[in-house]
Amino acid sequence: MIGNNRHLLDLDTTSAEDIRRILDTAEGMKEISTRKIKKVPTLRGKTVVNLFFEPSTRTRTSFEIAAKRLSADAVNFTASASSTAKGETLLDTAKNLDSMAPDVVVIRHRFSGAPEILARNLDCSVVNAGDGCHQHPTQGLLDLFTVRERKGRLDGLKVSIIGDIAHSRVARSDISGFTTMGAEVFVSGPSTMIPTGIERLGVRVADSFEHALEGADVIIMLRIQLERRSGSLIPTLREYARFFGLNRERLRLARPDALVMHPGPINRGVEISSDIADGPESVILDQVENGVAVRMAVLYLLTGGSDETTD
Amino acid sequence: MKGRRQREILEQGDIDRAVRRIAHEILEKNKGASDLILIGIPTPGPVLARRIKALIEEAEGVSVPAGSLDITFYRDDISKRPKPLPKHTDLPSNIDGKTVVLIDDVLFTGRTIRAALDALMDHGRPSKVQLAVLVDRGHRELPVRADFVGRNIPTGRHEEIHVLLSEMGHDEDKVYITEGEV
Repeated sequence: MIGNNRHLLDLDTTSAEDIRRILDTAEGMKEISTRKIKKVPTLRGKTVVNLFFEPSTRTRTSFEIAAKRLSADAVNFTASASSTAKGETLLDTAKNLDSMAPDVVVIRHRFSGAPEILARNLDCSVVNAGDGCHQHPTQGLLDLFTVRERKGRLDGLKVSIIGDIAHSRVARSDISGFTTMGAEVFVSGPSTMIPTGIERLGVRVADSFEHALEGADVIIMLRIQLERRSGSLIPTLREYARFFGLNRERLRLARPDALVMHPGPINRGVEISSDIADGPESVILDQVENGVAVRMAVLYLLTGGSDETTD
Repeated sequence: MKGRRQREILEQGDIDRAVRRIAHEILEKNKGASDLILIGIPTPGPVLARRIKALIEEAEGVSVPAGSLDITFYRDDISKRPKPLPKHTDLPSNIDGKTVVLIDDVLFTGRTIRAALDALMDHGRPSKVQLAVLVDRGHRELPVRADFVGRNIPTGRHEEIHVLLSEMGHDEDKVYITEGEV
């Protein structure tokens, strides 16, 4: 349990206290990955099913490694090779899985809300590993962890998220997470990519890309997701790169100690230039490393009981 | 917790003398301080480890490595609730072939020590492992025995022993017992 939640479906309903608890736990998890023997027996006998209905290498591998470093049994279930291809519904797939008594199901799905449907129908814990354009909570958490690790705090920071906000579940989880933890969040991108009413999530829409960068402590560059039809929202990739690509010259507007982040995989030369992606400001590979620790923390906490029951 | 009686069982002077004696016994049993590593189990094991380190340095003039070992991931009650927050692990050096003295405040069921042994073995292969505790309160559930004991204190199964040390923000060192049923 994380606080009173048996599942991790999004970050907008996760409290600051619960986020802090996950991040604190992840700190302890990080040490395990630095050992010669990168494994502890903590979740021995627990089963984690990775249910991926969308292609993903990084997130699935990260969850798999996280489960294995805690000695849980990780089973991968990929949609293309499964009964989904034979016409089974999500709910039937879920119920079949449930009969095999997993402890945690990690789901990625192209439809927003799919993890919630599972959560309502399964006896085990459900972790959202990205659903449609909705949320990707563990990505949000690893971004929070990476920033807290580097900056020592989250409150009062200026965090700017740049790119296709409309189609980005990473943006939504980052917005929820950073605002909950007291950071000031700005978004910027071509107007076709900024949903109307986004201010209701507690963010400010910057007047321009430059305005978003000015004095920023953290810059999160989103990937142009051609597979989510981002292409129809901008004239050409070259034009996008010219107006919204992060390069050395633009980065000078941010604070000198600003962090540059990206959820990956990066499109070099589109949203981010190569010298920035590989530069000293970039913490992109730290994000990947921290992703394992944060997912270990989430699996660890979810397989325990609630805070309110004492032994 | 309200209304339960507290009784002080060790005061500052008792704790000082007990820790000093443990330090000397460690030196005596191991014929000096070579290849020794002191590892405390949080919390307050690492505080006791640092005190013993200072006492060994005072007696022998050698600096012995001291560190801490978190056992959270090795507990056997991990599916109980709530999940404990992992604590700090900081092993001072390679433990292979060394004599490791595990240091804990209270020896009770022995389950913490079982977990600590498993945790330790994941970090290397010490040639010997010894156990030092400030208080042995009995009620063992596993075949675990301490090599160095500050004080043996008979207790009831449901009593609780609290060890307060000045390094952890307390006014003075103190060990007290909370009596009665939970």
